[in-house]
Amino acid sequence: MTTLISVTDLEKNFGPIRAVDGISLSVDRGEVLGFLGPNGAGKSTTMKMITGFLAPDGGTIEIAGQDIETAPLAAKRRIGYLPEGAPAYGDMTVSGFLRFCADVRGLTGEYARDRIRDVLDKTQLFGVIHQPIETLSKGFKRRVGLAQALLHDPEILILDEPTDGLDPNQKHEVRTLIRSMARDKAIIISTHILEEVEALCTRVVIIAAGKVRRDATPRELLAEGPLDDVFRRITNPAA
Amino acid sequence: MRAALAVYKRELASYFITPLAYLFIVVFLLLTGSLTFFMGGFLERGQADLQPFFSLHPWVYLFLVPAVAMRLWSEERKTGSIELLLTLPVPTTAAVLGKFLAAWSFIGIALALTFPLWITVDYLGDPDHGVILASYIGSLLLAGAYLAIGTAVSAATRNQVIAFVMTAAIGFCFVTAATPVILDFVSGWAGSALIEILSGLSFVVRFESIVRGVIDATDLVFFLSVIGVFLTANTLIVDLNRGR
Repeated sequence: MTTLISVTDLEKNFGPIRAVDGISLSVDRGEVLGFLGPNGAGKSTTMKMITGFLAPDGGTIEIAGQDIETAPLAAKRRIGYLPEGAPAYGDMTVSGFLRFCADVRGLTGEYARDRIRDVLDKTQLFGVIHQPIETLSKGFKRRVGLAQALLHDPEILILDEPTDGLDPNQKHEVRTLIRSMARDKAIIISTHILEEVEALCTRVVIIAAGKVRRDATPRELLAEGPLDDVFRRITNPAA
Repeated sequence: MRAALAVYKRELASYFITPLAYLFIVVFLLLTGSLTFFMGGFLERGQADLQPFFSLHPWVYLFLVPAVAMRLWSEERKTGSIELLLTLPVPTTAAVLGKFLAAWSFIGIALALTFPLWITVDYLGDPDHGVILASYIGSLLLAGAYLAIGTAVSAATRNQVIAFVMTAAIGFCFVTAATPVILDFVSGWAGSALIEILSGLSFVVRFESIVRGVIDATDLVFFLSVIGVFLTANTLIVDLNRGR
């Protein structure tokens, strides 16, 4: 097993608020880590730091052995990232946007065309490639974000709520897609959908108030009762 | 370099997807064209040169360049696409440079489209083409200086209106630095050194010496330094926002 993502004692403050308070986790090749927690627990903030968008106030992040703070470009080349809300350049067409991402990542010629075709196929976007992204529905925008994250066939995928805004069929497609890629990648997905955890994840990390509350396999959690109840007990001990 | 080029191409193309580019070019051409004739007395002067045209530029750019610059970073911050841009393998300096050069090229295109004036003056008389070429280069440098201020300010806010107003305000300081209003105000109490510095910082004084046909190395260095300083500030602001 190779550890592709290694996070140690990560900290982040926003003014007086401690958003992330000593989170450590590691993800090996072949693992799909479900990252759970109530809203405001620090999931997105943690993911923003792992992908190098925010600078941590403490702790270290290693992406395939490269520190994201000291060697950001090398680390970013290995990551495919779907940010929260799947932001994109709304005035660009889907194909223009993907070509821009390919350009930035240094994919050229025939290989770039093949990769773009491949991700369009995987995310089923062929019907809308000439439409400006801002005219697309939420589900399509999410899939454009996913296509962008998969474009360079990265070893590491960080997906912030990849199935948010998709209809049940699309959710199923995206889960099948993620599962099919799981074997040779290290994947972190954050989600609020607990059934997704059962269907997809090999490991679960539950955080609340910026701290890791639980790091277990879905099977271990299921042994304690329905996931809903387990999640509530872990994140809200008072209830 | 590759990443900077990709950003450059995307930014330049994005001006032309929206009506903004065409609107800007039309307003720029109408404004400079009409003011040259009506305020500058282009025909009445009876001289075959483009002095009345170029002497307007510091004032026209004061409002038009912030309009080009304001969206460069603040729009990315507002829509969240900045998260995408900064998690792609793009060094911050490459993103800053790509955006700046795209906007500068765009202004360059607008400026180049004023060529009919050059043809007109050549038809009417016998102008000094060297001086006119020098003036165009000076004008492009002047626009670059305004633009660098604008991109740096744009990186500091997610509100485009604030970016516009702040850029115009800072630009105004550079334009009026050597006008009698400011100099009279300062000369009462400040030493001659400060007055020297103020007139040295004036966009108008620097630009007008180029328009007279003298491309002095110090004027070139001045405009390039203003661009360099504000682009460095721009990079720092983008990096500082990571720690926010």
